[in-house]
Formats: sequence, C-alpha cells, structure tokens
Amino acid sequence: MFSAIFGKLIARYDQDFMDYEYINSAPSAKYWFGTDSNGRDVYSRVIVGSRIIIVISFLATLLGAFLGASLGLAAGYLKGKFDMVLMRILEAISAIPVIIIALLAVAAIGRSSSIITILIIGFIFTPNVARTVRAAVLGESELEYVAAAKLRTEKTAHILFREVLPNVLPTLIVEFTVRLGYAIFAVATLSFLGAGLEAGSPDWGTQVADTWSLIFTNVWWPTLFPSLAIASVAVSINLISDALLEVFEL
Amino acid sequence: MTTTPTLELRNLEVAYTVRGIDRQVLRGVSFSIAPGEAYGLVGESGCGKSTAAFAAMRYLPRNGKITKGSILFEGKDIVDINDDEVAKLRRSAISMVYQNPATALNPTIRVGKQIAEVFELNGVSSSDAMMMAEQALTKVQIADPARVLRRYAHQLSGGMAQRVVIAMALASNPRLLVMDEPTTGLDATVEAEVLDLVRELRRDTGTAVLFISHNLGVIRNMCDRVGVLYAGALVEQGATSELFSSPSHPYTVGLLRCIPRGGLHKSTDRLDTIPGTPPALGTNFDGCVFAARCSLADDKCRTALPEMVTIIGSHVARCFHSDKAGSMPRSIEQIEYAPQSTGHKAQVGDTLLNISHLSKVFNQDGSKVRVINDVSLTLGFGETLGLVGESGSGKTTIAKLVLGLTPPEEGGVVTLDGKGLAKTLSHRDVADVGAMQIVFQNPDQALNRRHSVTRIVSRAVERLRKFSLTAAIARAQELLSGMRVDASLHSVRPVQLSGGLKQRVAIARAFAGAPQIVVCDEPTSALDVSVQAAILNLLVDLQKKDQTSFIFISHDLGVVRYISDKIAVLYLGRVVEFGTSQRVFSGPFHPYTEALLSSVPNIDGSTRKRIPLTGVVPSPSNPPSGCVLNPRCPRKAGSGYETLCETEEPNLTEVEPGHFMRCHVPVAKLKQLQN
Repeated sequence: MFSAIFGKLIARYDQDFMDYEYINSAPSAKYWFGTDSNGRDVYSRVIVGSRIIIVISFLATLLGAFLGASLGLAAGYLKGKFDMVLMRILEAISAIPVIIIALLAVAAIGRSSSIITILIIGFIFTPNVARTVRAAVLGESELEYVAAAKLRTEKTAHILFREVLPNVLPTLIVEFTVRLGYAIFAVATLSFLGAGLEAGSPDWGTQVADTWSLIFTNVWWPTLFPSLAIASVAVSINLISDALLEVFEL
Repeated sequence: MTTTPTLELRNLEVAYTVRGIDRQVLRGVSFSIAPGEAYGLVGESGCGKSTAAFAAMRYLPRNGKITKGSILFEGKDIVDINDDEVAKLRRSAISMVYQNPATALNPTIRVGKQIAEVFELNGVSSSDAMMMAEQALTKVQIADPARVLRRYAHQLSGGMAQRVVIAMALASNPRLLVMDEPTTGLDATVEAEVLDLVRELRRDTGTAVLFISHNLGVIRNMCDRVGVLYAGALVEQGATSELFSSPSHPYTVGLLRCIPRGGLHKSTDRLDTIPGTPPALGTNFDGCVFAARCSLADDKCRTALPEMVTIIGSHVARCFHSDKAGSMPRSIEQIEYAPQSTGHKAQVGDTLLNISHLSKVFNQDGSKVRVINDVSLTLGFGETLGLVGESGSGKTTIAKLVLGLTPPEEGGVVTLDGKGLAKTLSHRDVADVGAMQIVFQNPDQALNRRHSVTRIVSRAVERLRKFSLTAAIARAQELLSGMRVDASLHSVRPVQLSGGLKQRVAIARAFAGAPQIVVCDEPTSALDVSVQAAILNLLVDLQKKDQTSFIFISHDLGVVRYISDKIAVLYLGRVVEFGTSQRVFSGPFHPYTEALLSSVPNIDGSTRKRIPLTGVVPSPSNPPSGCVLNPRCPRKAGSGYETLCETEEPNLTEVEPGHFMRCHVPVAKLKQLQN
C-alpha cells in the first residue's frame, strides 16, 4: 500500500529508464533486484507496478461489491420469483471459469485496457458478493425491526439501504477484502496472459509474462521479484480479511 | 447430619477474567444437597445461578476460575482434580439438563444412537446399549419409544426433545442431576408434564437435583429447599414452604411482590418493583450486596457485610434487618404524567376494534394449512384484550393480520372505530397505520442495532405524524423521557441498554404515532420479574392516560390476568373461549382453558388438581374432525357428548352474558364437572 502511494518517490530509477550497460544484470548494489532484458531496474518497476495492480484490483472489487450488494439486498429482501430467477442467472455466470470469460471479452472487444480489466473482474465477482449478501439479508429481513419499519410506512428502498444494509455491512466488508485478494491474482493472471493491460506497462503480471522465458537462461530476477510481490500482497490482504473477520466476529 | 451430602459448596468464590481483569461472580456461596434432595437456586439473570451450576460440574468457561472455597462431591473435594477424573465424574456421577433441548441434542445423529452412546461410555456393549436406550425412553414416558429412537432431534416437539435429554442425563444413573432452566422454553401444559416427570423420576431413582430457575412458581413446586442468589451471593436459604411463606431478605420479599398473581388486576392493584438495577459484573461491595436497592438499608448495611442470620431452623438470611423484611414498605414507583387530550370523547368500553371472520391460510410444502380459522373479536376503547394459548395457536398471526403485516383471506374484515381497514399496510393511509402499532417480544431484534435510540423513535414520529426532523427529535426525546429513559441514553445504540430499557424504547416507538391500539406480543417474557413489573405498570399508566387499547399476547397467565379486561383463548387458530377477564378466570371454564390454568405452577403453594391435556397439539394441516380439541379434551370422556364431539365442530356460543365458548358440553354440565 505504501509503495502504491509513494511509488515514484521510493523507486530508484524511472521505470522506463534503460541502462544499456546493465542488460540482464544480476541483483547488485546499484540495481537491488537486477535489471531486465531492456536494462530497466526491476526494483523500480516492482514498486511502481504496485500502484497499477492495487488500484485496478480495488476498483474492480468495488464495482463487484456494489453490484453484488445491490442485487443481493434485493434478492434477499424481496424473495420469491425475483430471487429465484436472479440467483439462477448469477449462478450460471459464476459457473463459467473466470479466465475464459475474460479472454472471450477481450477477444470480442478486440483490445485490452485497464478499464476493461476492471469491468470484467467486477462483473465476474458480482455473483459471489450477491450470494453472500443475500444470505445475510435473508436472516436480517426476518428480524422484527423490518416489520417495525413497515409499520411506519417506510418505502422498500429505505428499508433496504437505511435499515438492512448497515446491519449486513460487516459481512460485506469482509467479503470485499476476500475478493480483493482474488482480484490481485485475477489482474496479474490476465496481464500475464496478455488480456489485461497494454504490453510493456510496469504491472507485475505483464512483467512476469515478458520475462519468464529468461528463467531458463538463469536470468531469474526479473520474474521472481514481481511474482513475490503478487504473492505478498495477496497474502497480506488475506491477513487483513482474517483480522476483520475476528473484529466482526463472523 | 450424619449422611454425607451429595454436593456441598463451601464458601465458593468464582471469578471471570474479562479483558485481563478478574471480575468476581460468586461471593462465598455455601450450600449442600443431600442424597435424594431437590435444591432450587433462584434469582434474576446475571446473579450467578448458572455459574454456580457449572462450577459444581467443573465446567466453567475458559476465562472462569475458582478463586476460593471448595466443592465437595460426596465428601471429596473436586476443585483440584485433573481432567481425567472430571471426565469420569461427568460420565458416571453428575448429569446436566440444559435449557434448550433443541441445541442440547446433536441434529445429525439419531436420538437412539445419542442415548446409546451414554451407555457405551459406561462400558455397555453396543447391542445392549440400544436396548437400554429404548428402556430409558420408556422411563421418561415417551409413547412408542422404538420409533422415537430412529428419529432426529428436529423431528421431535420441544417437550419430547426435553424428555430425550432427561433420558440421556439419567442414562448414566447419576447421583446428581443439574437442571438449568429445564422448562423455560416450553409451553405451560408441556412444562407441567415435564415437571411431573422429573418429580416421579426423583421419587423412583432418589437422585439429588440442583434445580435452577428464574420462575419462582416452578421452584416452589419442585424443590425441597431453596437458595436465593443476588449478585453472586446467597442472600437467603431455607425449606421451600417456610421461605416462601415468610421471606426474610428484602430481595426475596421484593421478588415475590413483583409477580402478578392471585387475581391481582390493574384496575385495583399496582405492581411492586425493585428500584434500581442489578450491579454490573464484578462490582466490589463494602457492605451488603443488595444495599443500593433496598428500602431498609442504613449506614451499617452499606459499610458492613451482614452474616447469615438464622430465622427458624435451617432458614437463614444474610440481612441485618431480616425481622423487618417481611413487613418492609411497598415499593411502588409513581409516575407523573402530564394529562394529554387525545381528542376522543368515547367511553371506556365503547367498541373501537372489530375483527370479523378472519382466516389465514399458509402454503406449506404445496399443501394449504389453515392457521387461523374464522376468528371474530371485539375490543373497546381503553381496554386490554388478552390472547392466550399454546405456541402454534395463532396468537401472533392474529396480531399480524390486524396490523396488516400479512393479509387475511377473503371475507375477513378489520374495522377500526367504525372504519373498514385495507387488508395490507401498503394500502392503509398513514393515520390508520399509526393508529395500530406493536411492541415485539424481543427488543434486540425489534430495534435496529445500527441506529441510535433517538433516531429509532424520531423516525417513527417523522413518518407517522409528518413532523419535521427537528420537531420529531424533540417529540422523540419527550416520549423517551416519558418512558423513563434517561436523557443521557438518548444518543446511544440499543446494545448499550438493559433489556428493560430496550423494551421502554420499543414502547416509545409504538406510541410515536399516537396510537389507538398497541399490540403487545409477549413484551415482558424476555425480562426479569422486577423489570416486568415496571413495564406492566408503565403500560397500565399509558393506557389510563391516553385511553389506549391493548391487544396483549402472553403465555404467562398471571400477567394476562393482571392486565386484561377481556380474554380470548385460542386453540389451533380458533377462539375456544372469549369473555371478560373475570369470567374466563373464575369459571365455568372451557375444558382447554381449564387444563391451561391448572398447568401453571402455583406460586402461592396451594395444591390444585392438574387437569392434564393428553397427547400433543395436532398439526393445523390435518386438524381432527369434529371439535378440534376432542382427542385431547379432559372433559369429553363421560360427558355423554362423545359422538357429537368427534363428528361436529361446535360453534362459539354465548353461555353467559358476555362469555362465549366453543364446546358441545353444556355450561351447566361443565360447571358441575369442574367443582
């Protein structure tokens, strides 16, 4: 998170600066994580890349949480046919593997960009969030404060967003952090496959994709460090979500 | 005494570690239970009853520890024994029956297997164990035990499940049986049966029983000796009849006075309360634990800890003024209300609400289940209509139909003050919605835990009376103060309030729209008796001030009798008896009402013949033919109307002026049978 905000300041070199004297050089005092095949500083690129991946994952998760929460609230509260039909559709969507949807979407649109990545991951996460929120809402809507709200002529929207939503918020926040962890992976995977961001951008997945074939020539550092970064962010987000789970006693 | 007591607690002190600080929950509790004796522990919630029981079983939660004193089981100290010995003790010598049978049984294992396990733990082979499990069920009077053995917990009714739990507890032939509120979740008729069973088993097996209950009536009927706990200290102890007839600690006196009983009625009697609130967990005291709430307390009480004083024989009380306790001044809280004109010129008793031919059919697994069948009732201005009946009789559903939370079937009409109301809330105008409000049973669920107390009430004022936000907040605070919710608590969330205060907030919300009728759905059943008394007083005051009418739902017949002017007795969604409170409670009774009344454990100690209802409540999806009560009716056999009862459903007829009954047996005959 720290490196995502202050990326440019703690990076030692510009992420696109190429030092032709140090192509594929091993980690050293000058280039801590070594340089890649274009002589770019891996350390700087990892630091700068953090901002891209975290911002994209965050926005994608936010989109998924917003859509999922809205649908989940409506389904859990209104029940009946609406709930049935909506949940079957969402289940169908979540039955298709993430990567296939993403690749299909990119192929259909014909190009890849960060906006498209956010939209794809956001939509893919919607069913999961919706299901979790719906389950929580089902329990809440049986509670008598909902009947009490009806007995003072409240409209359905008010009951959903002002009465029920605050009570399922802890569930939603925890779900959000869990999804954020997955989003990091999803963004990195998509970039690695070339379906995410533009080629050459200093994002971690792209870095790994650009450099992994060099591992066999013993140039392991441009691949290892972005991979470690992906893993460490995913792990730390999961740790945060565990802590939140404990705080909310879910 | 020459025999060794089965259980003896000596000066036991237990503390719970909460956030790193030890908080004392038991303060030098000493009592003993002789073999075959039933010892009752009473007291309000949080006074340490369950802690004492758990300590006796060495089953304290992880943050609980015994800091002082000893627990002797058959003369052997069990405070310091190791886990193996504890396990052995629980396996073969001490058993426990918990409050909620539904959670005490494992839902994924058949009942028979669960009982058999207890035998197997004690070294019985698995084939014999199953046979013994069947015998165990026979012992707790379960009909058709072989079939019950193959069932899962969720397929059993509450009373049946509790019998299974008792069978399991007795399977190891324990010398001590700990029962923690064993009948609290059960209907009165089922409670009476379970208590009868426990009494019989005790006679047959000679097991010592530690019986914990907040219900003084149950304790009085079940126990040989009683101990009263307050704030973790045993304040009074003695033989049951002696203690109940001459209570000698102000707390015991207060508890007994709080209970609406013996035909008390709101029109003539105000209920006593115990002023103040119980101390927080772990409070330290210089003097008597009860001094802060005691009307007899003086400087000595606040500075010195009283010793146990002998009253008569084994009857002891921890009080400096035990001689004066029995005659201590009554504590009746007086509430001043600014008189408020409601604009109604109606006389008390003029018809306000008329319910006619209300029915409700639920779809259950594809079949139609008629849960409410043709209910017609009336309610006057300023009156209370009490709805009583076992769970599943349709009390709450009627309330929901009247409020418009769920629509009645075609033909049902609800008329308020001469005006027919729309079937559902969304079609009623704001004035009609505000005119009928509800106070729910469980304030934890009825108050949104994310909103402040003021907001909960002010939002209702805003919506129902179309006040501006500032005016609504001002009105809300006025209402809350009227309900004696202190101004310092207006901005907190419900979770920070005690049960009684939460219910006051819920009442304030119900009164936000200046209602004509407030439905009270078991408003005091989650509360302690002293708090219950204060809430009932508050409701009566509000009724007198505003001429508000109540529909009061409760399973506690004493409470219903106290607050109601009219009573409707429900069975399987039908009104079986309807009349003024006095008529319904004084008889002649409908056979169902008679059985219901006779199953309530009597706190006054007078023995009454119990009229048992045999069998279980039939499913409303398949009601019996003829009179729905006939398979269980205590008065059918020998009445001479058996064939009629079994073939034709009786009508609700006026048997005396203002007293309606649904029974084929003529009222004169019932009167004769009931005397």
